[in-house]
Amino acid sequence: MATTMITTLDRSSRAAARGLSDISIRNLFIIPTILFLIVFNIFPLIYSLGYSFTDFRASTNAPANFIGLQNYRDLLNDPYVWSNFAITAKYVIISVAGQLLVGFGVAMLLNRDIPLKGLLTTLLLLPMMLSMAVVGLFWKLLYDPSFGIINYALGLGTFEWLSDPNMALYAVALTDIWMWSPFVMLLSLAGLSAVPKHLYEAAAIDRAGPFYTFFRITLPLVAPILMIAVIFRTMEAFKTFDLAYILTSQPTAELISIRLYKMAFQEWQTGRSCAMAYIVLIMVLAITNIYVKYLNKVKER
Amino acid sequence: MTQIELSGVQKYFGAVQVIKDLNLKIDDNEFIVLLGQSGCGKTTTLRAIAGLETIDGGDILIDGKPVQHLKAADRDIAMVFQSFSLYPHMSVYENIAFPLRATRKSKAEIDQEVRSVAKTLQITDLLAKKPSALSGGDMQRVAIGRALVRRPKAMLMDEPIGALDAKLREEMRAEIKRLHIKQGSTSIYVTHDQIEAMSLADRIVIMHEGVLQQVGSPDDVYSHPANLFVAQFVGSPVMNVAEASVTEKASAASVTVGDAATGFEFPRALLSKLNGHAGGKLALGIRPEGVIVRHEAADGFLPVETQIVEPLGSFDIVDIKVGSRMLRARTKSGFVSGPGERVFARIDPAQAHFFDVASGRSLGVRL
Repeated sequence: MATTMITTLDRSSRAAARGLSDISIRNLFIIPTILFLIVFNIFPLIYSLGYSFTDFRASTNAPANFIGLQNYRDLLNDPYVWSNFAITAKYVIISVAGQLLVGFGVAMLLNRDIPLKGLLTTLLLLPMMLSMAVVGLFWKLLYDPSFGIINYALGLGTFEWLSDPNMALYAVALTDIWMWSPFVMLLSLAGLSAVPKHLYEAAAIDRAGPFYTFFRITLPLVAPILMIAVIFRTMEAFKTFDLAYILTSQPTAELISIRLYKMAFQEWQTGRSCAMAYIVLIMVLAITNIYVKYLNKVKER
Repeated sequence: MTQIELSGVQKYFGAVQVIKDLNLKIDDNEFIVLLGQSGCGKTTTLRAIAGLETIDGGDILIDGKPVQHLKAADRDIAMVFQSFSLYPHMSVYENIAFPLRATRKSKAEIDQEVRSVAKTLQITDLLAKKPSALSGGDMQRVAIGRALVRRPKAMLMDEPIGALDAKLREEMRAEIKRLHIKQGSTSIYVTHDQIEAMSLADRIVIMHEGVLQQVGSPDDVYSHPANLFVAQFVGSPVMNVAEASVTEKASAASVTVGDAATGFEFPRALLSKLNGHAGGKLALGIRPEGVIVRHEAADGFLPVETQIVEPLGSFDIVDIKVGSRMLRARTKSGFVSGPGERVFARIDPAQAHFFDVASGRSLGVRL
């Protein structure tokens, strides 16, 4: 099948004159990419799977001893790790739900004829285009208890967003919502503008009110694309590291990836952190799978 | 019991006026067809009645009450769209039930209404399907069902069968007519297809460039077109229109087409009925079936030469040359063997129309 997709090389082309066949040209382009992937992605992936069954520490010269599933057993019995998972779950739910609400809401507002719509949309997309680290650094300034503009604007005095253990996680989630709502907005806007106008006219003729129209026409028709936004954002939120790491060091905001980082590069428990990385990977895969199943169901309608 | 009245309706799209001072009164149970070329304002008129377009002047009255400031939902009018506009994520049942559910009727009532409409339209076995699984004709039935289910004051249809193929169009045309006779609701139907208009309408409303041209029964519009536009728009094959001059002859009038050497013989009464317009610039309109062709010379028949012959199955359309002008005549199939044949033609005075060239208006001559 795949070979039939390749168009034959023009006999008179320069490549042909140099004696390059279709297949050699294909290889020329594809093999480096595949090599790159193998060296930097697939090899570490498999190698770390091996490490996850050992007590290897990268900071010592001691050889790795095979200890079977001991790392997995320890991790899954560690209440500390479980609390990290709970924090992460809370963070994912707050941040993805917030992004959906804000992003979809803004998209609804933008989905009409307003002046400067293009410019407005582009400006609203800016947060998404910034680097995570930069966003983290300047939100740290915004949240600052003594001179931060947020406290000044809201009249909160010296409220400590990032050092308050009860607030830190929400503050990080809020920043994430600010940064990634535009992404949901962009996808929602595409979905909303794809809903044919005549369906709204038909609904108006059928005497449907605005809420009925929204829940029965708009939402079901935008649902598949919204689902894609949810999948992307859930995966990303699950893996959040830089934003949370820069913003706060509160243990109540210690996401699983931060725990992983500390375990691997501060405590040098290489073998155990590999096991943890695998647990996270399996969880993300499982969640994504559930979403994709649901997405397919939505699409079928 | 629904009457719809448009009085002095004006509508602009930017600087372009798409509806110009439209006055129309539609009676209860009447089937009205708005007929015109694309861009003539007929769809805009329909959408204005439905409440999907605002108007810039005049009144739209439903049962005597002005509704131009009401939203579509408050006018209690159903509409069938050209694109069907079925809700793609709902089953046929849900589509038909939608208008009832939107107004929060009880479940049992909805079920009963939907099933009875489905039965009328013979789509009961399709109720569980999604619109994407339906054929064009079935989609149209569902769209009509959705409009019918709530027993609206009036049914508006915007080229509802324009997207179907020719054979299906003919079937659906008959079905819509049957349904109208059975259900009997005030209906307004928009189309650019004059055959559809003729076959469905109680009265046809012909529009051109936003201006109402003529309102009348299909027969009236066909036999007595009010102006040159209507004359040439209604009827297929198209009516012949040629500049003509009327002169007085011994015992009769003579109508000369273009620069022809001799004129066709008309009753003398024509002269008085033209009311002094005889001297002015006139156009003669004659439908192909009003041009009578025969092989033998006879009194009142002029010798002419055939040009092109278009065989159309049940009849032929033969182009005959009169002076430098071409007249299309309708003959029995195979009556003329081909181009270049010498035949004799006359014009049936009863089917002739005379128009004032300057204004395009019919002079109302009936012989």
